Amino acid sequence: MAKHKTSGMDRTFWALADPTRRGVLQRLIDEPGLSVSELARPFSLKLPGMTKHLDVLSDAGLITRTKTGRTVAVNLSVAPMLEAMAWLNQYERFWTVSLDRLVALVEEDGEP
Amino acid sequence: MTDRLPSVTIVRRIKAAPSKIWAAITQPALMMQWWGPDAGPTLSVVADVRPGGRFSVVFRLLNGDEHNPTGIYQEVVPEKKLVFTWDLPGTPERESLVTFRLEPFDGGTVLTLTHDHLPDEEARISHEQGWNGLLDKLPVFLGDYE
Repeated sequence: MAKHKTSGMDRTFWALADPTRRGVLQRLIDEPGLSVSELARPFSLKLPGMTKHLDVLSDAGLITRTKTGRTVAVNLSVAPMLEAMAWLNQYERFWTVSLDRLVALVEEDGEP
Repeated sequence: MTDRLPSVTIVRRIKAAPSKIWAAITQPALMMQWWGPDAGPTLSVVADVRPGGRFSVVFRLLNGDEHNPTGIYQEVVPEKKLVFTWDLPGTPERESLVTFRLEPFDGGTVLTLTHDHLPDEEARISHEQGWNGLLDKLPVFLGDYE
């Protein structure tokens, strides 16, 4: 197989494939700018564990981290998420219409 | 479902037997009649329906654009399950996976379609390395998430 760089979409989907990371994104929607320790608390994760999750999200471009003094504020960055949603929407549309036509075809003579 | 990659899932109850739907999703002459995201024509279908066999569909949209998804059949269980990879040139992802599941239901069929995004091998490996030493559970969805 040809070698190629990992695409942004792969990183996005990988980042989204973990419940803790999805939970982090969910919290950041409601509470932008949370610190790493505030994010870690509800998941009962230690800081290094949460930092690793944030690294994955950050690699995927899904969050930004801004350091102020000793505190790191975490914020959402939506562009990659939109790309992933566009992927899902594209196939949702493709299959919805195709399956409508499939159903019409197999149901058309009324005989199961 | 929490440890899977995001995917598209569509469920339909269809008033036709699984055998009839199976024919429609595996026989090229029938696939020609429905395959495509709008009322544009399906131009050609190759469907070598056996594990390792190739599929290739060319369809033209109403706006004139032509597309040619191709793939390899992974799992073929007549009247129950059809799984194939999906590669659509020109899209950001390199490969995804389509699964049709058919279950008899009340004289008809429940059809469940899923279209999963698959990370490529390189992404998979780099992420596995990236996750080494992670304390909590690792997702276990690599290809065999059932």
